[in-house]
Amino acid sequence: MRILPSGTTALLVELEALDDVLALYAALADQRPDGVVDVVPAARTVLLVTDPAVTSLAAVEAAVRRTEPQRDRRDAGEVVELPVVYDGEDLADVAALMELQPAEVIRRHTGEEWTVAFGGFAPGFGYLTSTSGQWNVPRRSSPRTRVPAGSVALAGEFSGVYPRESPGGWQLIGRTEIAVFDLSRDPAALLRPGNRVRFVDVGGA
Amino acid sequence: MTRAVTVLDTGPLTTVQDEGRPGQAALGIGRSGACDRASARLANRLVGNGQEAAVLEVTFGGLAVRAHADLVVVTTGARCPAAFAHNAPALLRAGAVLRLGMPAGGLRTYVAIRGGFAVAPVLGSRSTDVLSGLGPPVVQAGDVLPVGRPELGMPGIDLAPVADPGAGELSVRVLPGPRRDWFADTAWATLTGQPYTVTSESNRIGLRLDGPALERRRTDELPSEGMVRGALQIPPSGRPVLFLADHPVTGGYPVVGYVADDDVDLCAQLRPGQTVRFRHTTS
Repeated sequence: MRILPSGTTALLVELEALDDVLALYAALADQRPDGVVDVVPAARTVLLVTDPAVTSLAAVEAAVRRTEPQRDRRDAGEVVELPVVYDGEDLADVAALMELQPAEVIRRHTGEEWTVAFGGFAPGFGYLTSTSGQWNVPRRSSPRTRVPAGSVALAGEFSGVYPRESPGGWQLIGRTEIAVFDLSRDPAALLRPGNRVRFVDVGGA
Repeated sequence: MTRAVTVLDTGPLTTVQDEGRPGQAALGIGRSGACDRASARLANRLVGNGQEAAVLEVTFGGLAVRAHADLVVVTTGARCPAAFAHNAPALLRAGAVLRLGMPAGGLRTYVAIRGGFAVAPVLGSRSTDVLSGLGPPVVQAGDVLPVGRPELGMPGIDLAPVADPGAGELSVRVLPGPRRDWFADTAWATLTGQPYTVTSESNRIGLRLDGPALERRRTDELPSEGMVRGALQIPPSGRPVLFLADHPVTGGYPVVGYVADDDVDLCAQLRPGQTVRFRHTTS
């Protein structure tokens, strides 16, 4: 663990691997140190944002170093089921890249238990990581200017669902009718770090 | 009479802002909130509002509002000509108009009304986040903005003796950031050696700066990581972007340094063409 400076109000904790991020985030989300207003996990880091009126960076650093990462938490998160129509424009390309039939890509995508590792791209977007570690899909060489809301996509080791229409470079394999981010619902975001996700093939392509 | 104002004119950009949405960054929801927090807090204090009350953030003047009832108002931040209530709360009579001209120095003027602007909150805040689109819509001419009931007593301050934002070069404190070691040894001296100019491609998300480019040592790709306002991120051009209130929650370009949090408020008053100098500090 390396603790890197991030100005007068935040600290950036750098870790070896995504699993270390999930373990530290799980522990910090459970028991947020005093005066910490935001905990932001990412691929290799956890950012802690403080309220300087309540705490000091030195106190938060000491609290982080005392924190016991929670490594066995994959089974603890809420389970979200997302029905998917697997008719994405890039499904055939993804299958070719993986040297599989499209049906086998769908079987593997629905056979996994995914975990929301972190967010950050847009409100309600979650980077989902697989239990098997079998995914490694390159981004599209040219990003789309318009990806429809509800698109189910792959990039690198991650899967994700676009919460609303936006530009994007991920490979689109399907779509879901479930709004993963809905301001009229509480909580608005379904894909919160630590939650588990199962994709269900509902056909209809 | 209804406690409200009708917006007659907005200038280039007027938004409702409060202290933002802390605590939701892990869901990809940024904090947002007033760009110059110190001025927004002062405005609320002067009219006896709690610091969580919503104010208007007026960019480069031009706002005009008509009061529906007798209201206590104040403006802070960039001083607009003919502003009768700048840093000094005053009564705006029912039917009277508060009209802000173009400020001579500074960029953002805060308008607080006793009771606070009572538009509907989104995810716990009345701040408009121009990056994510969350929060109340950008204020438009014709809008009727409701004003809440006062909850606290008036503080009894006639005038707050604060300096107006300057029109000349600004000097702010900068601390080494998480990825300073991704840059050449000379980069820090470059950053702190010469002033940078604020370009017109600046907004509530950040200030795009023009000046000497910083040279990278490491050229591999950085996995995106969390950041807060004040981050000096270095895109491939080598010229810094200084992030303000509506910055993205995470970023994939290295952050070489951070402007001290209190000084970010001063940076939020910089207008295109103005220069800023980064002064090395470690605390």
